[in-house]
Amino acid sequence: MTEETKAPASERPSGEGHRSDGPRSDAPRSDAPRSDGPRFGGDRPRFGGGGGGGRSGPGGPPREGGRKFFRRKKVCKFCTEKIADINYKDYRLLGQFVAESGKIVPRRLTGVCSPHQHRLATAIKQARNIALLPFAGRAS
Amino acid sequence: MNRTYELMFIVRPDMADEDLEKLIANLESTVTSAAGTVKTVERMGKRRLAYMVRKFREGVYILLTIEGAGTVIHEVERRLRVTEPVIKFLTVRIDEEQKRLDKIKKLRDAKKKVSAQPAVAAVVADEATAAPAAETPATA
Repeated sequence: MTEETKAPASERPSGEGHRSDGPRSDAPRSDAPRSDGPRFGGDRPRFGGGGGGGRSGPGGPPREGGRKFFRRKKVCKFCTEKIADINYKDYRLLGQFVAESGKIVPRRLTGVCSPHQHRLATAIKQARNIALLPFAGRAS
Repeated sequence: MNRTYELMFIVRPDMADEDLEKLIANLESTVTSAAGTVKTVERMGKRRLAYMVRKFREGVYILLTIEGAGTVIHEVERRLRVTEPVIKFLTVRIDEEQKRLDKIKKLRDAKKKVSAQPAVAAVVADEATAAPAAETPATA
């Protein structure tokens, strides 16, 4: 999974043409350990995101036709945009990865890679401590 | 053992400006008397808190960057705890993180240089192959 998420970052200069066929390449990769992909359908509680910017993070378009699932491959925002430091002061950025309930959104929904999710979690917890982000619920 | 820390604290919103200045000056003298130095003082202004703290919904955020040993932080935090207008504070050590960021930056710069070099190397290689070719007829 980490290899998949990292790949687009390194191939970025090669242009957008490569990424356009991303969703289709998902189909043959069904032998991957994560075969529970289709669960992402409609019944799953949508991760709203505080600032609305979270939309770009989680899963792709809704189901089409009811048989095939085309899901855009999720990539780590911090890898692609080369955001080196994840700081607790940057609460607008962190807010994209906090659900409306105040919870940290799991990376299976946002596509953030493991090392960055670790830093992200630390930063969110620090921001909560200094009242930049809520522990629970929407910021009052 | 010098370390760099970031100290963010929130003071109550109904505090007068001159009192705030006095408080900051007091803190700075505390730091310097404990053999530390205050690098920067940033007043981030009044901001709405993400949750209620001591029955306040807003607070004035102030950010200090302090250099010194851990004992400096110990003393400053003790002071903050007994200072009544300060409603919340957070200290984060940033030198390790800064080191990591510098390393990443260096790596990225090195990568850029490598991508610029091959053009020069190719020219040098061309000249190297051309020179013996020019010499061989002369010796023959």
